[in-house]
Amino acid sequence: MELLEEKKNKNRKYEPILEGIPEWPVYQLSKNRKEFIELVTRHSIKRIKELRPTRKQLIDELEATAYREQNRIKRNRWRVDPKDDSRFWSNIKNQLVDLSSKAPETAGPVEDVLLEKIVSRYANEIAGNFKPNSYRFTREVVKFWFQRLLNGARVKKFGAFFRNQYTLRDKIHVVGKVKMLRSLARKGTVVMVPTHFSNLDSILIGWVIHALGLPAFIYGAGLNLFNIKIFAYFMNSLGAYKVDRRKKNLPYLETLKMYSSLAIQKGAHSLFFPGGTRSRSGLIEKQLKLGLLSTAIEAQRNLYQETPAGEVRKIFVVPVTLNYNFVLEAPDLVEDYLQVKGQDKYFQEQDKYGSIELLRFLFKFFTKGSNISVSIGPGLDVMGNYLDDDGNSLDPQGRVIDTRGYFISNGSITDDKQREDEYTRMLSNRIVTEYHRINRVFASHLAAFIAFEMWQKKHPKLDLFSLLRLPEEDLELDYAEFRATFKRVRKKIYEMKDEGRMHYATHLKGKVDQVIKLGIENVGIFHLKRPLLKNKKGNIITKDLTVLYYYHNRLAGYDLEQYI
Amino acid sequence: MILNSISEKPVGVIGAGNFGTVIANILALNRRVLLYTRDEQTAARIKSENQNRGYALHSNVEPVHDLEQLARQCDVLFPMVPSLHFRAMMRQLSPYLQPYHILIHGTKGFDITLPPGQSLENVTRLTRQQVKTMSEVIQEESVVVRVGCLAGPNLAKELAQRQPGATVVASHFNEVIQIGKRMLRNDRFQVYENSDIVGVEIAGVLKNIIAIASGALSGLGYGENAKGLLISRGAVEMVYLGRALGGDLKAFLGVAGIGDLVTTCNSPMSRNFTVGYRLAKGETLSDILADMTEVAEGVNTVRIAKKCADHYKVRALITDRLYKVLFEGMTVEEALEFLMRYPLNVDIDFI
Repeated sequence: MELLEEKKNKNRKYEPILEGIPEWPVYQLSKNRKEFIELVTRHSIKRIKELRPTRKQLIDELEATAYREQNRIKRNRWRVDPKDDSRFWSNIKNQLVDLSSKAPETAGPVEDVLLEKIVSRYANEIAGNFKPNSYRFTREVVKFWFQRLLNGARVKKFGAFFRNQYTLRDKIHVVGKVKMLRSLARKGTVVMVPTHFSNLDSILIGWVIHALGLPAFIYGAGLNLFNIKIFAYFMNSLGAYKVDRRKKNLPYLETLKMYSSLAIQKGAHSLFFPGGTRSRSGLIEKQLKLGLLSTAIEAQRNLYQETPAGEVRKIFVVPVTLNYNFVLEAPDLVEDYLQVKGQDKYFQEQDKYGSIELLRFLFKFFTKGSNISVSIGPGLDVMGNYLDDDGNSLDPQGRVIDTRGYFISNGSITDDKQREDEYTRMLSNRIVTEYHRINRVFASHLAAFIAFEMWQKKHPKLDLFSLLRLPEEDLELDYAEFRATFKRVRKKIYEMKDEGRMHYATHLKGKVDQVIKLGIENVGIFHLKRPLLKNKKGNIITKDLTVLYYYHNRLAGYDLEQYI
Repeated sequence: MILNSISEKPVGVIGAGNFGTVIANILALNRRVLLYTRDEQTAARIKSENQNRGYALHSNVEPVHDLEQLARQCDVLFPMVPSLHFRAMMRQLSPYLQPYHILIHGTKGFDITLPPGQSLENVTRLTRQQVKTMSEVIQEESVVVRVGCLAGPNLAKELAQRQPGATVVASHFNEVIQIGKRMLRNDRFQVYENSDIVGVEIAGVLKNIIAIASGALSGLGYGENAKGLLISRGAVEMVYLGRALGGDLKAFLGVAGIGDLVTTCNSPMSRNFTVGYRLAKGETLSDILADMTEVAEGVNTVRIAKKCADHYKVRALITDRLYKVLFEGMTVEEALEFLMRYPLNVDIDFI
């Protein structure tokens, strides 16, 4: 491990950009939690009524909602679900049934009450609950224990456990446009959009935000995470709001979007995973969920609308990639992926990993090798334009653009949903491009990619499924051949970096045998069945081709296959 | 509602060619139009003669030669310059453009960007990295995102005579389509909507290939059966190629696809048709091009489409044979014979 340490860390400590917690937008939001929830409820009701303008349409929508919710309760119950869930929805349903026999004049007000009940319930459920004390406590506990683990494991001296030679910053490398992110967070509202591979992402990114001296962000975290107690505690204290992917009904989705949009407008830095769910295949997200992303654009337009002239707080979108050697859930994720490949099916959120498994993993992570790196991408405006250091949007020729103009039609700002849907799609494409560009290739990613592609090439007639069914004992790659391919592809990666199309970790540049060794040792390092190993003859073998496929996918989408 | 007041600002047309002039006249029915031409003398001449290329100018049309002024005065611009000059024009215009501008172009052609040392003649394959449609050029070169295009069977001469006709306005933005529709539509000119702008643009370009083939059949003295065969198989080929290049099937079946294709294959006056006709009569490409004042867009299109087809592994028989006729010395008869003997006879396999 020592042979190829990362370049000694530039990862210095960052001073907080805002002095005390009371100044943080997220704190302001939670202090006025009740008012904010009311605001969200009011605006969501208005929006829903715009979308379902007639009584009939609204009733149909509410009936569909009640039906789906009852179905969800029957089929897919979670620990975090409120105890009165079932009662609440059967009550709503009964009232809806009663409505159908009433005259329109009397039915109207009842309908409004029902809608408000539902929306307000959702808003309360979604809303985060940031508590400064608990935030501080969590932060210190995490820091303390992580440090103890690190030092205890790595400094081989008596009393090492209490040394402070290593900190988390040695384990988690934050690279990229850190300075820019800090400056943007002072000038405007940051919407951070990371890739999503593991449940750990949420905690990791929380630490990164703190380590960079940024105030806490509001978080769109999957409600399923709250099933795991330890996560629930972390997430709550980090300012998370809850996104329940089981609920696909219109009132819920509109309330969720409104919550995000209003929070951004109020200046709360936000974070959500635009992929929507963890990448099942190990691929970098290609298609993003547009719902929450659209709220950034909507919020920016609203801010312009509220301030017809002069300075407006800008919203900056910052793509981030998280680069791991190891993803705890990989075997199950890829299993899911293969099962539904080709069919557009909903993934059941199953978290087999409870608190104990996570702690065990964290322990291994801190005591053994395997670093994590976080690449901070350049800030973008809501249209995906690059920014200068002052947060001005730039066109490809480097001229400053007035972002307001994107919302102007014939001289004034207009509210055009179709236009903003299209803008959202454009922004999403820009983010995906940026992901690929800032993604950092590790030796382990490259080793996995090359080994899998070489096996694929040796069996050109087999499709993916047949390939994965080959007995692992039959698979062996000659080391010399593997080495030559590795060198060739690595050279290509160097070129692509120079063209600005991807990045790699500094350890990739070492002597080829050492890099390969490092790669093989690290890919999926803690899995029971290791995706790559060397056998006695020095050749490359695998114990789990499917998991290897998962790690290999990290480098799919760069057209590197042609160099195998 | 948005559109009422838009008529207060003038609309810009960039490029005073045949099509540009005629479109300016159509736009001028309800509003002021600024017609941009590159040099001052031309603008002055058009102004003094009150006509351009034989088309009398509507009194609402004012010739101008200053791009900055054009961009400042107009929110909506219609670029109508040949594809060869399109990117250069956009580079000049770009500094004056703002995100609120809306551009609806009427140029049928591809833009090719190749690394130094490579040319369209010597490059063996082309990908979508190198081949761009005009709407993509606009977005690459400027901050404008609300882009549209108009395409269809629009022979300038017939439009000027107010014969009935139609066009498609295509854009990802409903707003752009509605503005284009509102501005162009009149009792003799129908405007259809399409959201697949890239498909519509590609259809407008690829039909030039079939136009050359149509001229060639005519030059060989064949009649309507042959033409029917060509148009239907040509349309299928356009769909294959178009889909590989990122267009959607529907665009090819509409006014900008079949509509434009039928018109072009039946207009003996067009340059593309003439190239095919004279090839069939035994002349060589270099002789034909030597007497033409303007390049027939289709000749380049054949080159580009053939090289794209090779890269994306699309079967494009007509394009491939035409390429051999144009650049590799195959005769038109040989090409035709090959096509007539080709064994694959499935009529339609893409729906």
